[in-house]
Amino acid sequence: MTNTQWDEGQPIVSIKNVRKSFGDLEVLKGVSFDVQKGEVICIIGPSGSGKSTLIRCINALADIQGGSIQVEGQEVHDDDLDKLELRKKVGMVFQQYNLFPHKTALQNIMMAPIKVLKQPKAEVEKRALALLKKVRMEGKENSYPGELSGGQQQRVAIARSLAMQPDVMLFDEVTAALDPETVKEVLVTIKDLAADGMTCILVTHEMGFAREVADHIYFTDNGVIVEHGPPTTFFDHAQDERTKAFLGQIL
Amino acid sequence: MLETIPEFFRKLAETYPKWNFIFFYDPVQWERVLGGLLVTVQLSIVCVIFSVVIGIIGAWAQGSPSAAIRWIVAGYIQFFRNTPPMIQLLFFYFALGQFTPTVTGADGWTEQPIISNVGWAIVSLSFFAGAFNVEIFRAGIEAVPDTTKEAAESLGMTRLQTYTQVVLPLALRVSLPSLNNNLVNLVKTTTQAIAIAVPELLYEMVSIWNDYNSAQNAAMTVLFFTYIGLVGVLIFGMHRWERALFIPGFGGTK
Repeated sequence: MTNTQWDEGQPIVSIKNVRKSFGDLEVLKGVSFDVQKGEVICIIGPSGSGKSTLIRCINALADIQGGSIQVEGQEVHDDDLDKLELRKKVGMVFQQYNLFPHKTALQNIMMAPIKVLKQPKAEVEKRALALLKKVRMEGKENSYPGELSGGQQQRVAIARSLAMQPDVMLFDEVTAALDPETVKEVLVTIKDLAADGMTCILVTHEMGFAREVADHIYFTDNGVIVEHGPPTTFFDHAQDERTKAFLGQIL
Repeated sequence: MLETIPEFFRKLAETYPKWNFIFFYDPVQWERVLGGLLVTVQLSIVCVIFSVVIGIIGAWAQGSPSAAIRWIVAGYIQFFRNTPPMIQLLFFYFALGQFTPTVTGADGWTEQPIISNVGWAIVSLSFFAGAFNVEIFRAGIEAVPDTTKEAAESLGMTRLQTYTQVVLPLALRVSLPSLNNNLVNLVKTTTQAIAIAVPELLYEMVSIWNDYNSAQNAAMTVLFFTYIGLVGVLIFGMHRWERALFIPGFGGTK
């Protein structure tokens, strides 16, 4: 429960033997891996292999039936968990952007820091404008989500998550719903973040991107991690037959 | 000009005895109509506000983790939606009214119930319309995608914050057209308060035509036009509200 023992030398996210079922269907069958601070992790694998479920478990949007997930030394799947504390540390970006359609881009970003962190409005606004600039969306602060393209919405969603000043960012197939030409602008934003030292855990189908930005690739299939390694080893010297078959289909 | 209007209606009543707009030339009857109209307007405004509040709270309670609370809300909706509002009014006033305490009136010797007939009409009509409002808001709430709520949750918002900041503002926009219909019905249903002698417009009009049979056609005509006017004001207000809440890319048109 306490995170007094945690220091930055230890894994920022530590996943041990995680099991998760939907009814009789077991989607995670004992998954383990560690993420160090500042690392960029890509989880790839076929649809239905449990990738999205896994990262949803990291910020307690989904519960687990066995094993342990620790964020900065704090057990996530604990009945006494302070979810607010967890969500201050872990930001999440979704496939469908999920911006609040009744709020402008700027209001979307400012809402949680003001309502949840109770920070002063002026300070939050300054940070929100800086974040909009960072995701290359300056000039769009007063646009509603309905007036923005998918790629623009997704960049606002990234800024919204960053406004909470998290230590870890989760990206759940954030380019899967985008047009090919807008995928790039979102990937560039994530790349900038990674370059700034943000710890990122991404579920993605963008192999070229994974190869370029990831420190470590995990390949999941059928609820287990089949193979993992640094990008060059993983993509060029895959060992497992399932990995080879998957990469063969995709690349 | 002001002199000629009463004159006109007085002449009309002489020429056509079945069209006696007595309240337009007899100041006593005019006062009764105005009094009734005032009660109708007050009753409508108070019931609209209470029923919307009941709808919002009820729809929130329907999503409660507690099964007991959900059952209470479901029971409330079934009772008030599936029974006639007139019977509800009679039940509240005559059945429940017996059990409320009484206070001694200003004259020092009459006993008056703590909740008057107007009070019971407000309670009864608000709960009646509120039951529909719960369902109307529920439809709006269900139209808000789970993923939008998850986004709020992942930003650390509590269930209450998610409801008030995200779900409700979006649900309200989806619900407004149906809410509009129900509130129009509520304003019209206030006439049923006549059953417990609430001195609203219909009550006063019926009293007038009981006193002056020749005023019946005239009173009914005025009733129709008055309700068209009252409901028109409500609809105008609701449409203004709908336009004020318009957001680009989220249904509706400006």
